[in-house]
Amino acid sequence: MTGERLDGLRIRDLRVTFDGFTAVDGVDLDVAPGDIRFLIGPNGAGKTTLVDAVTGLVRATGSVRFGDTELLGRDVHRIARLGVGRTFQTAAVFEELSVLQNLDIAAGAGRSWWSLARRRRRIPDEVAEALTTIGLADRPDQLAGTLAHGQKQWLEIGMLLVQNARLLLLDEPVAGMSHDERDATGALLETVSRDRTVVVIEHDMDFLRRFARTVTVLHAGRVLSEGSVAQVQADPRVQEVYLGVDSGTEA
Amino acid sequence: MTVLFGQLFTGVSIGAVLLLIALGLALTFGQMNVINMAHGEFIMAGAYTTYVLQQTITGAGWSLLVALPVAFVVAGTMGVLLEVLLIRRLYARPLDTLLVTWGVSLILQQLARDVFGSPNVQTRAPDLLTGNIALPGGLTVATNRLFILTLAVAAVVALTLALRLTPLGRRIRAVVQNRDLAAVSGIATARVDRTTFFIGSGLAGLAGVALTLLGPIGPTMGTNLIIDAFLVVVVGGIGQLKGSVIVAFALGVLQATGEYLTTLSVAKVLVFVAIVAFLQWRPQGLFTLRTRSLA
Repeated sequence: MTGERLDGLRIRDLRVTFDGFTAVDGVDLDVAPGDIRFLIGPNGAGKTTLVDAVTGLVRATGSVRFGDTELLGRDVHRIARLGVGRTFQTAAVFEELSVLQNLDIAAGAGRSWWSLARRRRRIPDEVAEALTTIGLADRPDQLAGTLAHGQKQWLEIGMLLVQNARLLLLDEPVAGMSHDERDATGALLETVSRDRTVVVIEHDMDFLRRFARTVTVLHAGRVLSEGSVAQVQADPRVQEVYLGVDSGTEA
Repeated sequence: MTVLFGQLFTGVSIGAVLLLIALGLALTFGQMNVINMAHGEFIMAGAYTTYVLQQTITGAGWSLLVALPVAFVVAGTMGVLLEVLLIRRLYARPLDTLLVTWGVSLILQQLARDVFGSPNVQTRAPDLLTGNIALPGGLTVATNRLFILTLAVAAVVALTLALRLTPLGRRIRAVVQNRDLAAVSGIATARVDRTTFFIGSGLAGLAGVALTLLGPIGPTMGTNLIIDAFLVVVVGGIGQLKGSVIVAFALGVLQATGEYLTTLSVAKVLVFVAIVAFLQWRPQGLFTLRTRSLA
């Protein structure tokens, strides 16, 4: 859909420290181009902080390369324009703007100052396409604040699609969703991962088993285990710190 | 009746000036949570710009017309410089920003004294704006005050339309609503902040031009107005344009009517009492901060 090449993510020795507390403690992580990688781990494992570091919202040391480009040290909006897009744990859309305006902001972020002064009459193709992909084609003018919870999450993903993100970092995309909404989100992930690399932070084990291609388990700011769903589930260390509780209740 | 109408109209035009000043404060506070004490000195800059232009361009009418865009750019540029050099580095520290911008305000006042001298200076109003227009029923309106009112209304309309309709306005609203999300959507938030500062400070410059029609120009003219402008922003509800518009005119009318019925000092006391009472009833201002919507 984007017509651009697939790139992978390569993180080396990533460290994030807040006032002496180390949230991410030397993480190495490779995500292959086109992968759907799930990041799991107990609360405080550093999952969201890791995504914050990759997108430039918190300062970090080490190296984060997307394709051939080093991301650390760049401004947040520069990283976004290199094709790294993310969502937030709480559905973060511009509530007071319409669905279409939300998408327009994401699509127009790289446009020149001059072209911003003019109004456009027609919906651009990539915006129309994204509206269809995320299933909101019938309500472009609805205020984003009035969307259902699941629809807001899809709108967030739609905003990443129109800004031509080639790496999607999704922070708990199915939290609070109904069963049907989870299925729809999973299908959406499979669609978008055809020409994009996807990293998902998720607690929902059932969702993980169905849609993850590979899994990385973080614990106390470090990588504890990595591999396919089956490999990770079989890892005794993982069962000890995390899955032990979860697999007992959900499996 | 005639006198009362005259007082009301005077009040409305004072409200219009307050509104021009308060709009800039409301914009920068809503978007960046910055309380800019040097905002008053941008008014002064706009007024002195008018004065300087009148020295160089003969014809009071032309110099005033030229002064409007020039004062906007001069004050706006000062605002951007302040943002880039100081405020930018203090974003998470509101109290420090307050003190630093107050210091800048004092420096700018002294600078004006050194350049233009301590005594007030005066501009000549264009002939077109010195008379009165007679309305039916024996009522009259002063043309200079009518001009100021028109200027303020035009500024509010232009700003509202820009915020609602242009993609630039959409970006400003996006940053106001959710700064992090705006940044990861690829919006250069630092650049949007600078633009907002330029527009907000430029509006103060316009207020300065308007004030040259009402009275003398002096180094401390901004300080006297900035308190009233802050009152407008606080009572109107922070980060809200709608509230600022209503409160600015209400305050202007209250002040002018109070002055007419009593004395200047008593009128000030009345205004403050009214504001204290109002804030007891609605501490969050006329419109709430809940959504932080601008337009």
